[in-house]
Amino acid sequence: MLRRTNTASDLQSPGRLAELLGREAYLADEGLATAAFLALRMGRPLFLEGEAGVGKTELARTLAAVLDAPLIRLQCYEGLDGSQVLYDWDFARQLLHLKAAEASGVTDAARLEGEVYDRRFLIARPLLRAVETQPCVLLIDEIDRADVEFEAILLEVLSDFAISIPELGTVRAPTPPVVVLTSNRTREVHDALKRRCLYHWLEHPSFEREVAILMRRLPECSAVLAEQVAGAARRLREADLVKPPGIAETLDWTEALLTLGARELDPGLAAATLGALLKHREDHEVVLANGFPGAPRG
Amino acid sequence: MRPAADGPGLPDADDPGLPDAEDPGLPAGGGSGLPETAAGELVTVMTGFARTLRAAGVPADHERTQNLLRALSCLDASRPGDVYWAGRLTLCSSADDLPRYDRVFRAYFGGLRAGRARPGAVTLIRYASLAGESRDRGEGGEESPALAAGASAAEVLRHRDVAAMSAAELAEAHRMLALLRTVRERRESRRFRPARRGRLDPRRTIREALRRGGETARLRYREHRTKPRRVVLVVDVSGSMTPYADTLLRLAHAVVRSEPRATEVFSAGTRLTRLTAELRHRDPQAAMTAVSRAIPDWSGGTRLGEEIRRLLALGDARGATVVIASDGWERGDVSLLGAEMARLSRTAHRVIWVNPHKGHEGYQPLTGGMRAALPYVDDFVAGHSLAAFEELAGLLAGVRERPRRGRRLP
Repeated sequence: MLRRTNTASDLQSPGRLAELLGREAYLADEGLATAAFLALRMGRPLFLEGEAGVGKTELARTLAAVLDAPLIRLQCYEGLDGSQVLYDWDFARQLLHLKAAEASGVTDAARLEGEVYDRRFLIARPLLRAVETQPCVLLIDEIDRADVEFEAILLEVLSDFAISIPELGTVRAPTPPVVVLTSNRTREVHDALKRRCLYHWLEHPSFEREVAILMRRLPECSAVLAEQVAGAARRLREADLVKPPGIAETLDWTEALLTLGARELDPGLAAATLGALLKHREDHEVVLANGFPGAPRG
Repeated sequence: MRPAADGPGLPDADDPGLPDAEDPGLPAGGGSGLPETAAGELVTVMTGFARTLRAAGVPADHERTQNLLRALSCLDASRPGDVYWAGRLTLCSSADDLPRYDRVFRAYFGGLRAGRARPGAVTLIRYASLAGESRDRGEGGEESPALAAGASAAEVLRHRDVAAMSAAELAEAHRMLALLRTVRERRESRRFRPARRGRLDPRRTIREALRRGGETARLRYREHRTKPRRVVLVVDVSGSMTPYADTLLRLAHAVVRSEPRATEVFSAGTRLTRLTAELRHRDPQAAMTAVSRAIPDWSGGTRLGEEIRRLLALGDARGATVVIASDGWERGDVSLLGAEMARLSRTAHRVIWVNPHKGHEGYQPLTGGMRAALPYVDDFVAGHSLAAFEELAGLLAGVRERPRRGRRLP
């Protein structure tokens, strides 16, 4: 039987969307559910900002699963340009075509140009793919890593979801794709881009939600272990660390503990698996010197 | 929802739980909403809310207000939770806006009077009096009434300690400083430009071939562009730096003006304050006025270790040339400063420490902070005179006398 696809219009309320996300093992709180709901309803990009590992990228993946739409991911880095994000021409094939034409004696420049700039020689990069694919979820990941020039390209595409290719014409999306932008806030993204988006600051989950997420994601995790892990994570986030653990790290850590057969958190196992939770030597030193926060106190 | 209506049981001003959607107090107050709010009234209420937010410093402009109304039409405007989230998602654009948004939301919909944005903590223009203090200590005969504009006078001024200058000399030094244009060391960008040799440029090769009727006679090439290396300047504005902080900030202004898109400036005292936007003013005086308003912690203590930690968390230092202008009088934990300097030296391209006292005869880096930081510093330079600033400008341009430090482990 075909799986029933959810479209934006099927989603009646943020609560309903949260429920659907929950079925895909993503437990969103009210704010995030409202943000995603409005992004779908209003056809606006969702700009998610927050510390690394709070579930920004995962939301885009889960939204794609809920909508049963392909996820198109664009990982940002410095120096991204149009030929890497919009489209590029397949130059090798174009050259081959020119050689073949030359061999068969075609020298009509206008005709050659028409042939060489044909759709079949065009390579669609993520943004063009997103405009052409209906429906889809476009994830523009870690936009703070890209440079200002890239933001300008993005601004143009996100304002009317159309890409103009001088040799071919304009490609326009009939309905705007679902767009999720994420940023770790290593730099401030330009306001012009932000104003086209819904802005949501994603916090670390609350203790109860983190316990629920751990148990939902890792069924073999006991309630006791989940509470101990979430409690340790909460205390570590309050401690003065270089990189406090996100939910991604606590999930990794719990998985590592489960792999070693832990039923409950004990200091020995915790120390052995600390590398899954904290990724800076300085943080290891702080934690090992002050006693592991997961260990029972008092 | 009606503004300033009968309190719908929203959390009070000190409740930090508001932004957390799991706060039971927020979405539960359905009874206080306005189920039959006329569309017109909703527009009035929300426009008023946006205006209040603007007064509090959140850039909730007209376009964003329109988005809020559009968002509310998809949600239930009678639920406080929906109004809260619709407003927060559409009107805010930075994590810094969120506390202000929460405060205004509570005030506007919770029956309290919304407060105006607090004016900057310091409105006093420090540098005028700052120069005066040191002038009094200046050597008696130095107060020359007619400061010759000749080259030799300028040359003398170049090597004078700014802390010992008279007001007129200082003004002249600042004028010269404003003229300082620094060239910036360049690094390879990932972008390309056409070149005579280098890598094949397929796009231009095809174009060229088409122009010649399909004959690929000439190959075109491209190479990486270069771009200016970013500079991050941290200027210590604590009490012990008072005679120099103003001039150093003017130097920062000159550096920002030379490469506005590749420079970030922070002041460091008891907290780290980003000053780049303030320093973009063309006029040095206007820039300095804006800066003195923006800095909340003039002449306090220094907690450099913590500030560098914050700087690293912001991410600006990665791959940049980091210049720290400080005398190294650390009030905080010196070992923390050492550890953070070690991290900084691994993250930054190069670390330059500017210490105004280094220009004085017989200077020894004896302060605890300076000793902790020095192993991780690539260039240790003076910062007391125009000539010293020119030397620093040379370093930013990539003129090297010494090779990069060997990586020392603590």
